[in-house]
Amino acid sequence: MYHDKTLAELSAMLEAGEVTSVELTQAFLDRIKQYDPQINSFVTVSDELALKQAADADAQRKAGKATPLTGIPIAHKDIFCTLDVKTSCGSKMLDNFISPYDATVVEKMKQAGVVMLGKTNMDEFAMGSSNETSFYGPVKNPWNTDAVPGGSSGGSAASVAARLAPASTGTDTGGSIRQPASLCGISGLKPTYGRISRYGMIAFASSLDQAGPMAQTAEDCALLLNAMAGFDPKDSTSIEKAVPDYTASLNQDLNGLKIGLPKEYFGEGLDAGVAEIINTAIEQYRSMGAEIIDISLPNSNLAVPVYYVVAPAECSSNLSRFDGVRFGYRCEDPKDLEDLYKRSRGEGFGEEVKRRIMVGTYALSAGYYDAYYIKAQKLRRMISDDFTQAFKQVDVIMGPTAPSTAFNIGEKADDPVSMYLSDIYTIATNLAGLPGMSIPAGFSNNMPVGLQIIGNAFDESRILNVAHQYQQKTDWHKQIPAAFK
Amino acid sequence: MSLGPDDVKAIAHLARLNINEADIDNYAGSLSSILDLVAQMNTVNSDDVKPMAHPMDVSQRLRPDEVLEENQRERFQAIAPQTENGLYLVPKVIE
Repeated sequence: MYHDKTLAELSAMLEAGEVTSVELTQAFLDRIKQYDPQINSFVTVSDELALKQAADADAQRKAGKATPLTGIPIAHKDIFCTLDVKTSCGSKMLDNFISPYDATVVEKMKQAGVVMLGKTNMDEFAMGSSNETSFYGPVKNPWNTDAVPGGSSGGSAASVAARLAPASTGTDTGGSIRQPASLCGISGLKPTYGRISRYGMIAFASSLDQAGPMAQTAEDCALLLNAMAGFDPKDSTSIEKAVPDYTASLNQDLNGLKIGLPKEYFGEGLDAGVAEIINTAIEQYRSMGAEIIDISLPNSNLAVPVYYVVAPAECSSNLSRFDGVRFGYRCEDPKDLEDLYKRSRGEGFGEEVKRRIMVGTYALSAGYYDAYYIKAQKLRRMISDDFTQAFKQVDVIMGPTAPSTAFNIGEKADDPVSMYLSDIYTIATNLAGLPGMSIPAGFSNNMPVGLQIIGNAFDESRILNVAHQYQQKTDWHKQIPAAFK
Repeated sequence: MSLGPDDVKAIAHLARLNINEADIDNYAGSLSSILDLVAQMNTVNSDDVKPMAHPMDVSQRLRPDEVLEENQRERFQAIAPQTENGLYLVPKVIE
């Protein structure tokens, strides 16, 4: 029985020689084989490669060259390019794409001795909040397989929740790590924009995209972030800033911590059951010595409208590279070059991706650019300034990660705008480039609820400390869905 | 903001996307509802605000113009839809 252990516990077991990486990897591969058909969280299981990497990791450890992550098996979101392994990004467009190189995140994980179990399912090109837009079919929520796991890192969240992997990587453009973490009852961190390299991470909206760890606990996320973070000359927006040891401050006590509660995150649209759980979590923090301060982020209501200009505009530009010429899907018998482009893209992309490309194309087209894109960039600064003001007063901001627990598969599939509103509390932090985390805080109608912790830029250590202290006093993060125990 | 079928066709052409005739009305409806959501931006005056393109407000980093990548033509063309003699093949452009 290894699957109920946290990554930190498994790391200690490997270090003590109680288990080898090959045994651990085989145990998780067996669980994937047994349980994944119920939730569809993997697109590719790279079992041969995983066992080879595990044997290498065991050899490294024997040679005295182990890091805390050496031999730990994890899953990568299928948005990260993985050398010689299919990298689909959840799309028919890349169903035949075998990546000729590794993303920097993947490369850094390899260097740390991490074993890759496989690639997790996701919304197509990370565009979605339910994992229903994947070419490979929806992922199901391990807590109730009629419900969505959230998205776009839905396969990553579900695989960790079902204990098919101790951890996985994710990416977050408007909430795609935090919202599925909330809906599946796990811990997920979106770091500050520029903290982790975007090189080899298939681009959706380049000024918003950020990779991060998803695991059972904040401590596990800290161990993973230690390996993922850092400057990368191959990413022109990577930030040149030293990486602290994120585990070093986990045990600081929270006496005197100032927690801001934005009134805009507790208003209309928030499910009453979710509100009750978040309020209980805030009381827990109060009892741990934190000071609770009411704050306002007055432009919060603009975050979703601004995002749905900025993100589609950037996506329409980024996805122009998929043209059927050098890699990816190509239509049958194109009659000329324009037909090749149009049908390869029309047939290779799914409905939501096409919708966003068209919104972005429209917003960037002649005569509309100022009214949409420039206007959105101006409001983006106003949203960012709200946070700057708030962090003069408080150390962290807390609220719900999502306005409700997991909704049912199909429930919002025909109404894109209602789907977009499920990211109402997460999007603003992406626009401002700030780090945010979701941790399990309880259950409403037997479905997990996530508490969101937002920090100032590059204050991941504090977020992880605040989350870890809560997890020392509560056991929500230890709950495993009954069907996957 | 309401988009009609002709608008959808024009946008799809700009984006080089083939859209099935049967789906056009559906796209017109969903794109219009997204633009209605986006129109909430107009409730706020932002005349004196400087546009924000990058969350960290840093300028683009430059590097010396040096060759860093090796030529990997075979590896890259192994995943291409159609190649010949090291070239990517597309339908004839000039008659």
